[in-house]
Amino acid sequence: MTTAVVLASRGVDDDGELVERLRVGDESAYVTLIGRYQPRMLRLAEVTVGSRAVAEEVTQDTWVAVLRGVERFEGRSSFKTWLFHILLNRAHSAAYREQRAGRPDDGLVEDRFDKSGAWVTPPEPWADRVDDRLVAEHLATRVQQLLPELPDTQRQVVVLRDLEGLSPDDVSDLVGVSDGNQRVLLHRGRARLRQLLAADMSKGSA
Amino acid sequence: MADYLDGRLAPHDLERLEGHLAACPHCSEYLAQLRVTIDALGYAEPESLTDDALDEFVGLYRRWRADG
Repeated sequence: MTTAVVLASRGVDDDGELVERLRVGDESAYVTLIGRYQPRMLRLAEVTVGSRAVAEEVTQDTWVAVLRGVERFEGRSSFKTWLFHILLNRAHSAAYREQRAGRPDDGLVEDRFDKSGAWVTPPEPWADRVDDRLVAEHLATRVQQLLPELPDTQRQVVVLRDLEGLSPDDVSDLVGVSDGNQRVLLHRGRARLRQLLAADMSKGSA
Repeated sequence: MADYLDGRLAPHDLERLEGHLAACPHCSEYLAQLRVTIDALGYAEPESLTDDALDEFVGLYRRWRADG
């Protein structure tokens, strides 16, 4: 977890300097920010709107809004949080326009225990399969492919917390849920993904 | 277990849970699998930006500068 968070937040330390340069019209600062954030923004937009083409438009609109608004960015939040805030506003409007039904959180949680508190189906061990580097890389790819299986809000919370490494407070703000709700959604999302990976393992495809 | 992963358990509950984990292989396996899942999510990289996409963004910037 620690490594993941470090990876996800790599490079943000000098965002402030790049933003200063962007303000004075430095194209190379803009190109660096595009390289750093556009892949993450496209991923976040796509998991929010469910369409690659719409997600691409959303990211373009977001960068135009950044260019227009960078004068007013006061650095009270990190640049990344500010950027994601603009992106998610646009992604939610686009999803509404496209009348994407969205999958509400169904509250479904795997029943792990019976009434006596004993395991219904104990987890089958993964241990000998996941300590290998290649397997770890495969799992990272696979778990990302499984994200569409999650209900919308769970998926957004999982992406922002575990893929982007944002803080619980920032994620509550961005998604518009309470801190308690954010924790429940995160845990349900992680538990569901574990369950889906376990199903893969038992089929022998992971 | 969610609170445990978040490091939010009170000391007394933490002690109880860790006592249980030491005695219950199913729960410790489950917790290990959740950790593997969370680590995998942290390593999941977005698709790289293509040269064409970068060119489009540079074009967008230059048009914006020219109009502004």
